[in-house]
Amino acid sequence: MSDDAATQELAALPGDALREGVVQALRDALGDALLDSLIKPNDDVWVRVRTDAWVQAGHVLRDTVGCDYFCFLSGIDWMPSPFGRGEDDPTAPAPERDSTIKQGYAGGDTRMQVFARVTNLSKHFGVTIKADVADDAPAIDSWIPVYAGANWHERECHEMFGIGFNGHPDLRNMYLPTDFEGHPLRKDFPLLARLVKPWPGIVDVEPLPGDDAEEGEAS
Amino acid sequence: MTDLADRQKLSYIAAQAADARLNVELETEGMTLNIGPQHPATHGTLRIIVRLDGEQVVWAEPSAGYMHRGYEKLTEVRTFPQVTALVNRIDWLGSFANEVPFILAAEKLMEIEAPPRAQWIRTILFELSRIANVGLFLGDLGVQLGAVTPVFMAFRDREHVLNLIEGATGGRFHPNFDRIGGLKDDLPAGWIAETKQVMKKLRNFCTEMEDLLFGNEIFQSRLRGIGVIPAEVAKQYGLSGANLRASGVDWDLRRDQSLPLAYDKVDWKVWTHPDGDSFARCWIRLQETRESTLIVDQLLDTMPSGPIMAKVPRIIKVPEGEAWVSTENPLGEMGYYVVSKGDLGPFRVKIRSASFNNISIVPWVLRGVYVPDVISILASLYFILGDIDR
Repeated sequence: MSDDAATQELAALPGDALREGVVQALRDALGDALLDSLIKPNDDVWVRVRTDAWVQAGHVLRDTVGCDYFCFLSGIDWMPSPFGRGEDDPTAPAPERDSTIKQGYAGGDTRMQVFARVTNLSKHFGVTIKADVADDAPAIDSWIPVYAGANWHERECHEMFGIGFNGHPDLRNMYLPTDFEGHPLRKDFPLLARLVKPWPGIVDVEPLPGDDAEEGEAS
Repeated sequence: MTDLADRQKLSYIAAQAADARLNVELETEGMTLNIGPQHPATHGTLRIIVRLDGEQVVWAEPSAGYMHRGYEKLTEVRTFPQVTALVNRIDWLGSFANEVPFILAAEKLMEIEAPPRAQWIRTILFELSRIANVGLFLGDLGVQLGAVTPVFMAFRDREHVLNLIEGATGGRFHPNFDRIGGLKDDLPAGWIAETKQVMKKLRNFCTEMEDLLFGNEIFQSRLRGIGVIPAEVAKQYGLSGANLRASGVDWDLRRDQSLPLAYDKVDWKVWTHPDGDSFARCWIRLQETRESTLIVDQLLDTMPSGPIMAKVPRIIKVPEGEAWVSTENPLGEMGYYVVSKGDLGPFRVKIRSASFNNISIVPWVLRGVYVPDVISILASLYFILGDIDR
């Protein structure tokens, strides 16, 4: 099979060239469904694929690139939290906050993204792969046919972000009660502990050590 | 009167019929056995629902989430230095090891590196938490198989290690000692000599365990050939640490990536086992505990002098970016995907804990095994509840 040849070829490449090989392999297989990629030298590689190419990208990563170890899958909500860091004074008027959605590495078009990481154990490199999910009905195909271990991660992601996984056999809640409303890791879900009792830091303020003139280095 | 007697007779017949139906159902459909959430064999509150056909498991379903503390949400309202106090409590038997990958991820984003002495001490404390964690596993393993003595030995010798951790960090269970850019303090006087003594005791402990448990015929017959996980399946489920190496995959994050830790400065060996059964998993952990004591010994001999803290701003703001750092924790690969927006606190932290993946294989591995093996397989997979639920 040509996949074997491709794996062999990848194996010969060291370091960052290896990561460029990953991007190239995905581009060859997916074409324009590979939307964006980022290689940080001596660090890591990020790729973003179109939502409908998610499962295909998984197959390419597993079979062609040789990343057969499933590390994790999760979601991320790029909207800045309307509650800040939960340190607002409840008696004061709510502060103005920037609510522009700005995606991270490898870009993005939607508020929420699914991202996963897989690793090539023999060549010792990993790939972080992202995909956008629609704002109105966030859903993406399940990775279970590619990596069996995605099962629990997708359940967790569904529970925490409300992202659907098409083809997942059992999207029950893992942590929360069955009738729990809301998705806790979305940014517009408040941290209730900070709402019922304001953060003591807002009344019990100590001067920060760097507030004086010589802000900067510690001795 | 006759009416009443008739009615009694009829209800008696109905009850008998119901019993008979029940018996038929039991014979044909098996029974459902609920293990946990509170059960001595589950190290915490993991509930396992198994469907049995006679003595064999038809399917099993672990039900986690009795101890979910929502750390991923909580990190969003903490500053970077405050997060270590949270992540300390994920795998509570080896808590220092939880801090290290998070601190390394923050350091990666800030592009700073701890000075060599701090890297050395970090590595030593990392290995000490591995010894404390896995040492207890070896004792606990005996209890789950019906041998009571090993656990007393494990607690006895873990105490020495905890004393060392307490001596260096001030905390027995939750050190909260790692800082962005270095460590909170230097080592106390006399700590190095004391540690060498303890490492000797720990090597004796490993030998004792090897003789007492691993050479025992009952122990072997309970574990050999039970719960075999082939390498392909293990990788698909993301098993890591000793569970993966027991399936013959030669992969150890201490060796296979370049992190600012001192593992590349010492001479040590990654143990693997080809069998993939429960025995292999336990055996690997025993060898690794001994290997860890040797790593600590070598690091103590080569410890550089110098500062323990790099130059960092007093108020730590981490530049915008994303970083992934994972380390080989006592339970397996533990990593943090940290997203920063250039603020005081992280924007999102995805915590990849080892036990979550290690336990997600349970429905696969328990299919078809016998009831007593359920306990030994779970014991050999080795999980900490806090590490599953986070």
